[in-house]
Amino acid sequence: MAMEQQTKKSNPFTELLDLPNDSPKKTLFVAIMLCLVCSILVAISAVALKPQQLANKEADIKKNILAVTGLLADDTDVNKAFKRFEVKIVDLATGKYSDIEPNTYDQYKAAKDPARNVILTAEQDRANIRKRAKLATVYLLKENDVVKQVVLPVHGYGLWSTLYGFISLESDLNTIGGLQFYAHAETPGLGGEVDNPSWRDQWKGKKAFDDQGNVKIKLIRGKVDYTQAGAEHQIDGLSGATLTGNGVSNLVNYWLGDHGFGPYLTKMRSGTGQ
Amino acid sequence: MANQIKKTVTDPLIDNNPITLQVLGVCSALAVTTNMMAAFIMSIALTTVCAFASAAISSIRNHIPASIRIIVQMTIIASLVIIVDQLLKAYAYEASKQLSVFVGLIITNCIVLGRAEAFAMKNPPVMSFFDGIGNGLGYSLILLSVAFFRELLGTGKLFGHQIVAVASEGGWYIPNGLMLLPPSAFFVIGLLIWAIRSWKKEQIESPDYQIHQVHRTEVL
Repeated sequence: MAMEQQTKKSNPFTELLDLPNDSPKKTLFVAIMLCLVCSILVAISAVALKPQQLANKEADIKKNILAVTGLLADDTDVNKAFKRFEVKIVDLATGKYSDIEPNTYDQYKAAKDPARNVILTAEQDRANIRKRAKLATVYLLKENDVVKQVVLPVHGYGLWSTLYGFISLESDLNTIGGLQFYAHAETPGLGGEVDNPSWRDQWKGKKAFDDQGNVKIKLIRGKVDYTQAGAEHQIDGLSGATLTGNGVSNLVNYWLGDHGFGPYLTKMRSGTGQ
Repeated sequence: MANQIKKTVTDPLIDNNPITLQVLGVCSALAVTTNMMAAFIMSIALTTVCAFASAAISSIRNHIPASIRIIVQMTIIASLVIIVDQLLKAYAYEASKQLSVFVGLIITNCIVLGRAEAFAMKNPPVMSFFDGIGNGLGYSLILLSVAFFRELLGTGKLFGHQIVAVASEGGWYIPNGLMLLPPSAFFVIGLLIWAIRSWKKEQIESPDYQIHQVHRTEVL
């Protein structure tokens, strides 16, 4: 008997487990042990899988940039094809390039940092994003040192979610090369049809600006009537997704307008942007 | 033993289905059934979580203090869900983007907690594991059937492949937009429950109240 008590005392772990389940000591012990084990497991999985997740995210963004410029085929080597792009950081207010290292800059992180963002007034905030980073990343597709396409990151609120994507402009900085979203949570089949390839295809060749330089491109109700004047600024509406459609119109208008990439595009057109 | 395992796994498929009989987990059945692919990945994720959560909870069931048992169960379930979410983000990026928050919402899925509380707390780990698998599969079966109807009638596609030509692309089928909205899942699940209970009469519950026949004399 004395021996038995001794071995029990020498091992506090089994001693605790032998307590009645509902004693405060054991309750506390079980809770702490459980939290410890669970947090270790969660931490291991999060840390071990992080490189793979980041690589996925990066590859996904590159793939979308290639897709929006029409360079993505089934057998494209994403990393190799992406080398044709020059990545630059632009100060949105002045339209000038900044010398920040583009590879480490995250525009969406900067938008949350009070030192690096701009709060938009209700009037400016057409895309319903409330604040944006001062600097933005742009991707230039060059051929023999001549800019062929400019890819601009855009985002804005649809119906349920913020849509994140890219719009590409051809060398005249007016003709649209494509629009593509890589993250959103709109209703599949309705607002989610922004991912529909045949709908996306119509953006190609449309004109973003009118002769005065105002942003004109927008989604209309129903189908575009190509016999009417102004059809080059119009995109078919998404049936059953009026609010997502308005969101898309607004975010494109915002990002191509004066508070988005407007100053940068003006500078590029006058030839001093490069 | 083998027989018992078989019964534990097959029973929840139709006879004791978590959605149509126990009416658990309906919330996510509404959210992720707009297309087959999302429903399929969600099914795998839920079955995995349900099986491992049941096994883990069952293996420490004799040491769980009754006063904090729900918190203990939730902690285990939540940890497993986070791990599954991380794995999806690393190895099935496209699918995880599509499911977005719904994988995280497995934590609040009534089936997982329901099986932990009803079965895993009282049975040994191996049986609990198979009970989790069985209920996960029962859930998957309903989820995939609902998604089949919703995706086919709503977009004319299955697993993203066009099955019937839709009108907007020159075909004959005009997609039913209602099928893509959450309420339609209620209709489909309701019809499924009706169909199953017409087939398996023993699932019909006796009514809680009987409408009393009032005779004229009684009123007076």
